[in-house]
Amino acid sequence: MNNTIDKAKYNVVEAPAGYSAPGLFATSLDKAVGLARKNSIWPLPFATSCCGIEFMATMAAHYDLGRFGAERLSFSPRQADLLMVMGTIAKKMGPVVQEVYEQMSEPRWVMAVGACASSGGIFDTYSVLQGIDKVVPVDVYVPGCPPRPEQIINGFMKIQELVANESLRRRYSPEYKELLESYGITLM
Amino acid sequence: MEYNIVLQDLKDHFKNDILSVDESSDIFTIIIASESVKSIITFLKDRYQFIFLTDLCGIHYPEQEKELGVIYHLHNLVENKRIRIKTFVTKENPQIESIVSVFVGANWMERETFDFYGVYFVGHPNLKRILNVEYMDYHPMLKEYPLEDATRTDKDDCFFGR
Repeated sequence: MNNTIDKAKYNVVEAPAGYSAPGLFATSLDKAVGLARKNSIWPLPFATSCCGIEFMATMAAHYDLGRFGAERLSFSPRQADLLMVMGTIAKKMGPVVQEVYEQMSEPRWVMAVGACASSGGIFDTYSVLQGIDKVVPVDVYVPGCPPRPEQIINGFMKIQELVANESLRRRYSPEYKELLESYGITLM
Repeated sequence: MEYNIVLQDLKDHFKNDILSVDESSDIFTIIIASESVKSIITFLKDRYQFIFLTDLCGIHYPEQEKELGVIYHLHNLVENKRIRIKTFVTKENPQIESIVSVFVGANWMERETFDFYGVYFVGHPNLKRILNVEYMDYHPMLKEYPLEDATRTDKDDCFFGR
């Protein structure tokens, strides 16, 4: 179907597949919800170490994560969609990360930025948690030490793909409940 | 204030507790018996104005008879003089009197020394682990324990060159 809007003048997000007519656009609900959600992800920057500095560069003007809809960072998990864990997490901090994850409301995603959050990184020691996937389920891992802002943006775009294609019933499914129980997180 | 005057005064008051003196490094160092730590530090603080406790840390020399050491660094702010005090205790009975009543800042430093070396500070108001998780059952900085986490399950030795 042809769009009557002149595309050359400004950028808008591409519409999903659907039936369009003058004054009408019909598509399936999860595509429309996915489109809305993926372009307004509000991250919670759980920045602990050096990867947090790279995230600061990513949010700054040059790389600008705000272009992707993540302009409003939230340091309260109650109002965040995406938990971005950036930096080394010590074993003492592990239960804190899990508590922050539990306080987020559905739908929520987790991105492990950097080698330390993904697997403990260079710190194979008695005090460092060897990957945050020991305490929370992770959706996207961004390797690097630290990853460049372009890589963090790449990870963010992968999260956007996951958000856009997620089924609306996923969070109520028994597999999801089982996944959370394996981490010791019980849904109410 | 010259160090040899301080040393002579210390030797007069604490005859056999000053075990040895080391002037070879950049800070004047004395090695003392562990029973008189608090009295010597109080003496230096009151008499010679070493009013600033720069550091309190532990060390482990497995080849010595008294394996665990606690090292105090004191600083005289008025004359800009530093002194290092070393004491050693055995692993079987690693007890030293706590200096928290002399220097309040020693509170967390003694907790850290307890956490990593197992040195028990008698008279400390709250001696429990400070940097490691509470359920850790060993003292990690002792030389017999490796740096790597022993409870890790996902490490494949062939990838790590072992």
